[in-house]
Amino acid sequence: MWKWLHPYANPEVSYHFTGKLIPWLSALTAIFLSIGIIWALAFAPADYQQGDSFRIFYIHVPAASLSMGIYLGMAIAAFTSMVWQFKLADASAAAMAPVGAVFTTIALITGAAWGKPMWGTWWIWDARLTSELILLFLYLGVIALHNAFEDKNLAGKAAGILTLVGVINLPIIKYSVEWWNTLHQGSTVSKLGKPSMSVEMLWPFLFCFLGFALLVGTIICIRFRSEILNRNSIRPWVKSLVSEHLPKQIAQEKNHAVR
Amino acid sequence: MQFDSFSAFINMGGYGFYVWLSFGISTALISVLIYSSITGHTKVIKNIAIRQQREDKLRKVRKERKNAQTNTQTNAPNEVSQ
Amino acid sequence: MPTINLSYRAIFSLVLKRDLTIAMRHKDDIINPLLFFVIVVTLFPLGIGPEAQTLSRIAPGIIWVAALLATLLSLDRLFKSDHDDGSLEQMLLSPHPVFILVLAKISAHWLITGLPLIFIAPLLAVLLHLNEQSYGALMLTLLLGTPILSLLGAIGVALTVGIKKGGVLLSLLVLPLYIPVLIFATSAIDTAALGLPYSGQLAIIAALFFGSLTLAPFAVGAALKVSTN
Repeated sequence: MWKWLHPYANPEVSYHFTGKLIPWLSALTAIFLSIGIIWALAFAPADYQQGDSFRIFYIHVPAASLSMGIYLGMAIAAFTSMVWQFKLADASAAAMAPVGAVFTTIALITGAAWGKPMWGTWWIWDARLTSELILLFLYLGVIALHNAFEDKNLAGKAAGILTLVGVINLPIIKYSVEWWNTLHQGSTVSKLGKPSMSVEMLWPFLFCFLGFALLVGTIICIRFRSEILNRNSIRPWVKSLVSEHLPKQIAQEKNHAVR
Repeated sequence: MQFDSFSAFINMGGYGFYVWLSFGISTALISVLIYSSITGHTKVIKNIAIRQQREDKLRKVRKERKNAQTNTQTNAPNEVSQ
Repeated sequence: MPTINLSYRAIFSLVLKRDLTIAMRHKDDIINPLLFFVIVVTLFPLGIGPEAQTLSRIAPGIIWVAALLATLLSLDRLFKSDHDDGSLEQMLLSPHPVFILVLAKISAHWLITGLPLIFIAPLLAVLLHLNEQSYGALMLTLLLGTPILSLLGAIGVALTVGIKKGGVLLSLLVLPLYIPVLIFATSAIDTAALGLPYSGQLAIIAALFFGSLTLAPFAVGAALKVSTN
């Protein structure tokens, strides 16, 4: 059933495939994201309880969902690499990690900026925010581990193990943080649950969500291609690709250094 | 349009600072991410090209050296090998 | 370029630039202690509970202890790689006075470790619900205190650089030296929270800073000479 995927295990095929995807993805991203953000900022109605600060919601929730989705994607890639020895999956996991970390940071910062007018404090140690902070640490740990190895194949394996351990730990961490939070429930204000959305808010939200998801896809494709090139730099197809790209510029630049 | 004027748009019903802080930082972070992804790609290509050039040069020098050596072995002894 | 005739400033900037370049190539050395700082600070609310009042009472202590531990972790890098590949001995054998080289290395270490710590600390103070009046005191004590941590820590590293598994020994040597800084810094921050002037504590920290700035390089030089024998 999965035979049609087999050609994409070849780095060269995947490289060119994602290269063709990028123009489409970036165009769609630009369309959806610009429509969504402008709609969210200027045309969506203000929430009757929270006023215009609710507009932060249109960035905060997509970012938070995507941060968890990307981690799940990384975990699937790590699992694929481990079980089927699929080297390309390591490259994709390495490509996803920085994107996930950035979106987790965005979720945390927009959450704090939303919390200040709503709860009166920039930060509150409630279950969801704490879990998101721990998720950020997991991402940064994976990135740090990846950078610590010279050999990128070993790095991929190590980061893969860490990712899988993390994904198993993630429900446990979430559960324990929620349990910890209910113990200390007294001081916290009612959490900002996901409000039931009117149709006028649902559409800009969907556009923003889709736009951000496409943005994530585009950036991952770009980073994926860099990872492929890095790991396959001795292959002839890489050599011919590179020699087309920057022939004369380098010859003039570096001639004085090589003697 | 939910706002009557541009200044009302900036003010965001009193929450202007927080809304624009969120949107601003998010835009900044995403821009940095996009920029680093694209420049990272070109940097990888450039590094591979430089390394390839260096290897080609080394290979050429080694070949010349070997040719010079084999020449001195077969030719007259007054050939100076490099 | 004959290096014997280099001025103190030239040597200082030479060694400083070298260390900064090396650190830039191993960005992990910068990021990892910083991440450790953040994670340690995060652990405390998880262990103690999220009550804002409790947290704000102990926030100065948490941040400063975490800063001490993070600096301790990063000190290892100061001399170890140079010792391993022999360049430390070369530096000691050079005709230039050791204290300048040492001062340059410690300055690089502070720029790489202490300065990022100072920038991240306000964010962590937000996490711990630090009293609003204390932020100024927090930044000032960190600004004056982190160089002291680098200077005193360098003495400890210089003593243990030749020893295998010197890491734990380093903590035992250096943490007692850090205690005065910790006490005066947290006292300053607590005093600021009450709205009272804290210039007295700051003055003492500044005195510690200048004392260690002038004396520590010589101690480090002597310790290095012992370690590289």
